[in-house]
Amino acid sequence: MKKIGMKKTGMKTLLDGKGVERVLSRLTHEIIEKNKGAGQIVLVGIASGGIPLSQVIRRKIQVIEGVDVPTGFVDISLYRDDLARAGYQVRMKRTEIPFSIDDKKVILVDDVLYTGRTIRSAMDALIDFGRPRNIQLAVLIDRGHRELPIRADFVGRNVPTSRSETVLVRVEGTPEEWTVLLKEDPPGKGE
Amino acid sequence: MEWHRRNVLGLSDFHPEEMEFVIDTARSMEEVLTRDIKKVPALRGKTVVNLFFEASTRTRTSFEIAGKRLSADVVNFSSGTSSVTKGETLLDTARNIEAMKPNILVVRHSASGAALFLSRHVSCSIINAGDGANEHPTQGLLDLYTILKVKGKIAGLKIAIVGDILHSRVVRSDLHSLGRMGAKLWLCGPAPLVPREMERTGAVVTSDIREAVRGADVIIMLRIQLERQKTAYFPSLREYSRRFGLNRDVFSLAKDDAVIMHPGPINRGVELSDELADCEHSLVLRQVESGVAVRMALLYLLAGGSHVAH
Repeated sequence: MKKIGMKKTGMKTLLDGKGVERVLSRLTHEIIEKNKGAGQIVLVGIASGGIPLSQVIRRKIQVIEGVDVPTGFVDISLYRDDLARAGYQVRMKRTEIPFSIDDKKVILVDDVLYTGRTIRSAMDALIDFGRPRNIQLAVLIDRGHRELPIRADFVGRNVPTSRSETVLVRVEGTPEEWTVLLKEDPPGKGE
Repeated sequence: MEWHRRNVLGLSDFHPEEMEFVIDTARSMEEVLTRDIKKVPALRGKTVVNLFFEASTRTRTSFEIAGKRLSADVVNFSSGTSSVTKGETLLDTARNIEAMKPNILVVRHSASGAALFLSRHVSCSIINAGDGANEHPTQGLLDLYTILKVKGKIAGLKIAIVGDILHSRVVRSDLHSLGRMGAKLWLCGPAPLVPREMERTGAVVTSDIREAVRGADVIIMLRIQLERQKTAYFPSLREYSRRFGLNRDVFSLAKDDAVIMHPGPINRGVELSDELADCEHSLVLRQVESGVAVRMALLYLLAGGSHVAH
């Protein structure tokens, strides 16, 4: 994703740093509003893209509500439905949920909602950790093309896309460096 | 890095980067083992057959648990070597099992090269669980992983391996895993059991356990195979124990934070004294833990890439 600055051709900026910041602030407020505070909330970011987002939301909740909500992350490799499809294996990320999710309101956080298969896997993973009161989904970008009956509770931006496009999210480094780009006609990788 | 390997027959052709990849995957697997529900659906619908032509409870159980934690169907097939002529029956048996469409075959056999041989004749993935005196790759990887967990690195560590070096497949795999990651390896045992040619691997060869243990960070004790006693590689078990057994006196020469490892099963009082086997420096049970995680990692990696080869 570091190539972004070098090659602008075929790229469209959906959100710049300020835009991402504003969207995340709104998402955070919505999460707090819907849950009537942050008391029963825990955040779980989906590796890799959801992890930095969950950290930003955690910091914002702390500023707004003065509560440090437990935040973990989950890798869905072991719950994928396409294990043998890729033909090779890529490096697994870590799963770390060092708190009980029993009876908690779990906010699952990801960068891009696409087919919904990642979310399905992540929910299966969560259920292995306990029995949450409910699971809610927060995503920065919803790009459509769902293959499963899954919807997000909190959406940063709805972006109509074609399947041949790719949404690139970068929420690392300083807020000025954050971007969301739409790349056209990529080699064919989605979410 | 991407994983494209279809079989794990030995570590002789493993790059350090690949070993590191397996270890990293094993770390993720170890997290699964800390959960209340120690099972993930990754290998649902896959079949793992444990094909063991040699007695082994520990390794077989470890593979079995690893497979079940990943939701694979695990079938154990054990066969005594006594009633069968090896070569023919091995292939015959393997072909019969292959006809039942397993995804991964875990093989242990007393003949060196058995796993390689099978990999040329069956289409499913093969994991070598020990072939004769050749290799025991999962042991090599779990030893690497166990040491990394405790020491944080391998490069520069002095690692002494003591015992029947000549007949040990563990040593051959450890030489590849630990040696390639930059450990200084010392091989020690009775002269007839420590071939000089082993020096070609870059290891130091000695018959003086004190020399091997002095300043060591890790000491790996090998099981002295009691059945080999008949061949008179050494005069008696008592003599062996006195000269090559690890006891408190010899262990005191090692570094203060040295650790003791053993692939099991231990002959207590022969190669390892009772008190050392149970002391806080002993990593024997940590090795068993690492073993399940490393085997889960390999099963997972092979199941994902297995169809590419066809």
